Amino acid sequence: MKYTALHAMHEKAGAKMVEFAGYHMPIQYHSIREEHRRVRQTVGVFDVSHMGEIEITGPAALDMVQKITINDASALDIGQVQYSAMCYEDGGIVDDLLVYRFEDKYFLVVNAANKDKDFEWMLKNKIDGCEIKDVSDSYTQIAVQGKKAEATLQKLTDVKLDEIKYYWFTEGELAGYPMIISRTGYTGEPGFELYFANDFAEDVWNKVFEAGAEFDIEPIGLGARDSLRLEKKMCLYGNDIDQTTNPIEAGLSWITKLDKGDFIGREALLKVKEEGVQRRLVAFVVEGNAFPRHGYKIFAEGQEVGFITSGTVSPILEKGIGLGYVKKGFTKSGTPLEIEIRKKMVPATVIKPPFV
Amino acid sequence: MNIPAELKYTKDHEWAKVDGNLVTVGITDYAQGELGDVVFVEMPEIGSEVAKEDAFGTIEAVKAVADLFSPVSGEVVEINEALEDAPETINSDPYGAGWIIKVKVADTADLDDLMDAAAYEQHIA
Repeated sequence: MKYTALHAMHEKAGAKMVEFAGYHMPIQYHSIREEHRRVRQTVGVFDVSHMGEIEITGPAALDMVQKITINDASALDIGQVQYSAMCYEDGGIVDDLLVYRFEDKYFLVVNAANKDKDFEWMLKNKIDGCEIKDVSDSYTQIAVQGKKAEATLQKLTDVKLDEIKYYWFTEGELAGYPMIISRTGYTGEPGFELYFANDFAEDVWNKVFEAGAEFDIEPIGLGARDSLRLEKKMCLYGNDIDQTTNPIEAGLSWITKLDKGDFIGREALLKVKEEGVQRRLVAFVVEGNAFPRHGYKIFAEGQEVGFITSGTVSPILEKGIGLGYVKKGFTKSGTPLEIEIRKKMVPATVIKPPFV
Repeated sequence: MNIPAELKYTKDHEWAKVDGNLVTVGITDYAQGELGDVVFVEMPEIGSEVAKEDAFGTIEAVKAVADLFSPVSGEVVEINEALEDAPETINSDPYGAGWIIKVKVADTADLDDLMDAAAYEQHIA
């Protein structure tokens, strides 16, 4: 079992800890639903140090990133971040990730559960003229998310946070320590993700909580992280996307740049695009008191048409919401579906995301 | 962990409070903690019969769904309707306002094999 540099802080806060991707992580501190609402209302802080960080350097760094990712990294300016994914030759997804462009390197942030697999995949496909390094253990990452995130963090830094645009970052001092300050997140709220050396972790954590006290800042566990991203229809690897799904059917065409030049998976994805997808990841809301869960079957017009990949009861809507792959012909907003929940059919409707 | 001494317990983490032939049923503090935030409770209808060790309802929580098993056989004479609007009461007060059903038991011998607090504490240890 691995521990983040903030482990003692979670134990002190009385968090319920679970194993996640080999790390001992807080799933909740007191209530997933209340933590969720805290982030939507003011501000919450997540320890996401389990995320993997991989650096690619050298003269061929850009070519390497272009080869393994589906978005066009050549479009990035220094200081810019891009949501992207890596695919296998058959178009299945290896992982989704963030690509940060620094002056002298590309910094890839990958899912914790996939980090080793991703790193091996990169080494296997490495081209000459670049170096690939797994630097995950060197970084603590916290996400400060919510409408009051900027007001909280601005107290701790001279960097003008309002000048950092969405999906841009800067390197600067915050809480007295050098760090990467990135306007990104996985909640759909305004906010920042901070990357810094493990040695500063507890001090930064404490200072962020002091600064956010007037906004009732709270630590937020992985449970609320999942429901927050789901309400905004952000994909979770292992649920909504994996090696059996391709980015086109997952609704990730917007990051799939088939005309950027060659990359791993391009041919397969081109074919998918030309032939059209057979199913699509849709968002749906269920009626009544029902809780859609991963794996449940989806029906329409009396036949099985798909399955749920993610589901919860939205703490904001107080209704069951979910994502699932549904056969062509049943994917339009407004389409009536039925979810099989413990042998009962529960009505649901396809909606245009996000949920909130 | 709160395990009131005056209650009886099942291996499936329900508690039973006995008052003559009326038995109030809920889930334990341990169970609510394991389930996390409760979002719905599906309860039987008043007047329906429940059988000992059979499922009489379900609890949907954020992380999991769990069946509710009856500690006794008998007739459901009351359900906690307040849980429809405030299911989270099961998390905040599992042995009090978070009770789920009341059952009129046919045979109080049903209660004999339920665990006492000490045995339940062992069971979850």
